[in-house]
Amino acid sequence: MEGLNYIGAGLIVIGAAVGIGRIGGSAMDAIARQPEASGKIQTAMLIAAALIEGIGFAALFAA
Amino acid sequence: MRRDFLIKKITFILFLVSFISVAQHHDNEHSQYSTSHSEESKASLGEEIKEFINHHLLDSHDFGLFSYEDEHGKEVHVGSPLPVILYDAESGLNVFSSSKFHHGETVAKNNGSFFKLYHGKIYKTDAAGVITYDDNHHATNIKPIDFSITKNVSFIFLVALFMFLVFTGMAKNYKKSAMPKGFGRLLEPLILYVRDEIAIPNIGKKHYRKYMSYLLTVFFFIWIVNLLGLTPVGINVTNNIAVTLSLALITYLLTTFTANKNYWGHIFWMPGVPTPMKILLIPIELLGTIIKPFSLMIRLYANITAGHIVLMSIIGMMFIFKNWIGSPLSFGLAFALSLLELLVAALQAYIFTMLSALYFGSAVEEHDDH
Repeated sequence: MEGLNYIGAGLIVIGAAVGIGRIGGSAMDAIARQPEASGKIQTAMLIAAALIEGIGFAALFAA
Repeated sequence: MRRDFLIKKITFILFLVSFISVAQHHDNEHSQYSTSHSEESKASLGEEIKEFINHHLLDSHDFGLFSYEDEHGKEVHVGSPLPVILYDAESGLNVFSSSKFHHGETVAKNNGSFFKLYHGKIYKTDAAGVITYDDNHHATNIKPIDFSITKNVSFIFLVALFMFLVFTGMAKNYKKSAMPKGFGRLLEPLILYVRDEIAIPNIGKKHYRKYMSYLLTVFFFIWIVNLLGLTPVGINVTNNIAVTLSLALITYLLTTFTANKNYWGHIFWMPGVPTPMKILLIPIELLGTIIKPFSLMIRLYANITAGHIVLMSIIGMMFIFKNWIGSPLSFGLAFALSLLELLVAALQAYIFTMLSALYFGSAVEEHDDH
């Protein structure tokens, strides 16, 4: 079945989106609690997002 | 002191070596973007768009800016040919200008050996330019090792020269006054940002100076090259996995050769865990040292390439929808994506630098109580 390729790609995107969404959510909670730490939280959020995107793209290329 | 000099020497030599990057012509996995095999039948718009996209995204042996059809229907290419340097086992080193290829139409003859440009790769043929195919329609001629100065390589040289001039000019200006002038005023906060937010928190105050030159170079190089890839004359350097491979390779070599005993101790004999787990952790950690720079390479490459492909496809869609609703929508989407691409350009440079600094930090970590 060649369609499995696309199903796999869809699953990868779902996985990456859920992961980054959760990080974004917790980052926003943390900023709401402590607005003065927002710089560090933003930095950490971007780093984690990039790492997850890295895995997502690598898997996407394999699929 | 010794390690200082060693780092600088290794970085310098590796940078020189990486500029001789072997010309890489990447075959896109998405089969819908494989070039049409007949150059004459550009009748369908889709094929023409595919060929344009391919010309934009892939590397080529001449610095071709663009091409158009003049009034006689012939294709006119604007640009300049670049030197082609090939090394072959039987005929040795061949250096000639890529104008002999005439954009893939003729066979280039040099010192008795014939080469033909086919789908962006150079193959060794005979005088008639025969390419033999195997079952999967791949060419089976011999491919000489390609050291040519292709579009990407010449662009890397140009960017390196530009960065060198700008930054040494800035450095010389610091002898006269503490405030930089002109373009230096834009760059100084960026350089301080790289030092204070990326280098020092990750590497520590003791050792960060040795790695600063590499971190700054890679940060500005990736950012400039990503931005320039978005322009219409866009020459996509980071689109090429060989380039990102060299950058990740330099990071890997720097961490491996400047690491202290704690780093190797953590890999081979992780302190603070029971012994059976230590044995289990050895292959995992060893693989980790390879996978971390590998992920650096893939991340940069995939982000930039995927962005470019999607952007080009949407712009191509603009020409396929020839009505009043489809084309402006595609244009709007392309515009929004371009803005996102700007963000991605800067972000990828930042992430690459940050992760490199993180790896350097783990390499020179002093022994604190774990």
